[in-house]
Amino acid sequence: MYRSHVLVCGGTGCTSSGCEKIIQALNKELKSNNLENEVSVVKTGCHGLCALGPIMIVYPEASFYSMVKEEDVPEIVSEHLLKGRVVSRLLYDETVTEEGIKHLKDTDFYKKQHRIALRNCGVINPELIDEYIGTHGYEALGKVLTEMTADDVIQTLLDSGLRGRGGAGFPTGLKWKFAKGNDADQKYVCCNADEGDPGAFMDRSVLEGDPHVVLEAMTIAGYAIGASQGYIYIRAEYPIAVERLKIAIDQAREYGLLGKNIFGSDFSFDIDLRLGAGAFVCGEETALMTSIEGNRGEPRPRPPFPALKGLFGKPTILNNVETYANIPQIILNGADWFASMGTEKSKGTKVFALGGKIKNTGLVEIPMGTTLREIVDEIGGGIPNGKKFKAAQTGGPSGGCIPAECFDVKIDFDNLIEIGSMMGSGGLIVMDEDNCMVDIAKFFLEFTVEESCGKCAPCRIGTKRMYEILEKITEGKADMDDLVKLEELCEHLKENSLCALGQTAPNPVISTLHYFRDEYIAHIVDKKCPAGVCKSLLTFKIIPDKCRGCTLCARVCPNDAIIGKVKEAHIIDPVKCVKCGACVEKCRFDAIIKE
Amino acid sequence: MKSLEELKAIREKMQGQIGIREEDALQTRVVVGMATCGIASGARPVLNKLSDMVQEKNLNYILVTQTGCIGLCQYEPIVEVMEPGKEKITYVKMTPEKAEEVVEQHFVRGQVVGKYTLNSENL
Repeated sequence: MYRSHVLVCGGTGCTSSGCEKIIQALNKELKSNNLENEVSVVKTGCHGLCALGPIMIVYPEASFYSMVKEEDVPEIVSEHLLKGRVVSRLLYDETVTEEGIKHLKDTDFYKKQHRIALRNCGVINPELIDEYIGTHGYEALGKVLTEMTADDVIQTLLDSGLRGRGGAGFPTGLKWKFAKGNDADQKYVCCNADEGDPGAFMDRSVLEGDPHVVLEAMTIAGYAIGASQGYIYIRAEYPIAVERLKIAIDQAREYGLLGKNIFGSDFSFDIDLRLGAGAFVCGEETALMTSIEGNRGEPRPRPPFPALKGLFGKPTILNNVETYANIPQIILNGADWFASMGTEKSKGTKVFALGGKIKNTGLVEIPMGTTLREIVDEIGGGIPNGKKFKAAQTGGPSGGCIPAECFDVKIDFDNLIEIGSMMGSGGLIVMDEDNCMVDIAKFFLEFTVEESCGKCAPCRIGTKRMYEILEKITEGKADMDDLVKLEELCEHLKENSLCALGQTAPNPVISTLHYFRDEYIAHIVDKKCPAGVCKSLLTFKIIPDKCRGCTLCARVCPNDAIIGKVKEAHIIDPVKCVKCGACVEKCRFDAIIKE
Repeated sequence: MKSLEELKAIREKMQGQIGIREEDALQTRVVVGMATCGIASGARPVLNKLSDMVQEKNLNYILVTQTGCIGLCQYEPIVEVMEPGKEKITYVKMTPEKAEEVVEQHFVRGQVVGKYTLNSENL
């Protein structure tokens, strides 16, 4: 047994900021201090505060060290682990107060969070099934198999009000009920781990931090609908998650928690992984199943819905990773417990991946009904560099923007749709006054052009044409007729595309047009980009009165576009200027402006 | 694994160990002085004994932690027990054997082991 546990985050964020080196250094230092039998080093999943990685938490004191460097490790070992003196200088600064050290859960980032799907992320070692069992893992499965009928399970889910976390928010219990009601010799349970929205990493974090919860929930689903085989469709770009899932599946089979006659019942279930090559369209349910079948990942029209004819033509349910992560807790704590959280029609919590212009980039889980203001200003720590909040983008390429005037809208499935965005899988990208909304819309359209599978014309051609119009606008070559065409195309795509990819592709354009129409007009009529992003519409100028003639700008200019003598005002040659902005950054007298 | 009992056995074994990662303000804090003086007089085996036994016995309400010099170097190893709402108990000149007795008597049964405390006349 160990008297102290050192948890080091091994999520993708902290892995890229060097947690492996920290773990190696820790093991080495512990050994040289003869502490290896007293202190255990645990590599966990994501702890949420990715901006401050690598993250290390030392228990039992619960000291939260952030941005740990390899060279800090000897001090942590010799001071904290050996002598019990917490190394204050390395603590997360929010936990250090005048009255002493605050608990992590009382900091702004964590205090409004409520972790259900993420409850084990950053707490257990995801590669040890025993640790999952130690936090009541597989207890829900045991309860389901010994005390509940399939109908009980489905009724519990219906009563809980759980809606799919993949984006559309379809009631999970209803989906299961349909699949159960369709008789067949074989049914399937699938997990959608093909998280593809730019900026979204919730599902990856759950799989990296707590893979067994997904296996347990899928097995419960198998029992509820009468399936004996499950597939997890995960993108190959998530190597850590794939590795941990493989380990988890092996361990579960070894313990008999997957396989034949689970817990001595006559129920048998097994799960296999299927790796996707990273096509965005494979997150669409029919395309995903087509891909599992071994065919090119293209969607097909619905109906028939997968609950009737899904994978290999058999009744199938497909749920998202985060949806599954909620289910064992609902079984153990009851539907009422889950339904007591959230808003009237959106129960429970939602995980968001915070990104963009925000201080605390990372992963947060909040009760439904939390306002955007609470997420951005309190949990997220606000916008850096004193800039002003402009909008938040949710739902990725299928979603839209939430402008500052909707800052106090309670976030849930229905409210977001009402204001022209959508929950999506949970990516939340914060934008400040330096972001051009036309440019953002263009960015997402560029993504959908790339990711359109090409099967149906509205999506294949429509997204391309929309992108071209947006490009014209950002280059200052568009007129008002183009805007009319753009809006027409939005409608056509929405109505005529085969699957959700094309149907929702215009959303970023529709919502930015709705809330930031004046920015489009400024690009088209005034040929100006108010945020100063679209290069074709910018000119760089030197204010002669402010220029001291230090020549610094001329030296950094990559294209020799700046001319002038020492101690005399310089000028920029607009023909040669490539608008890279290097001179603006270097000028110490704020003499260079872009307009 | 063929039964719920086996699952329960693993869970209970692991809960003691993972319990260390919980943050609960209402816990009893058991603090071992681990400054140079404490380590030199044998605080480490005491700390390990306390920590192991608390985990083995699944005493989740007890947090065994360490601190620096408590200031009474001649009485080291020192173990302080802080129960919410109760006066602090200070055990002095501890050994792993004494620690075992403290866990059995004090932590499990709630009876302070008077003969090892700072106020004891035996010192």
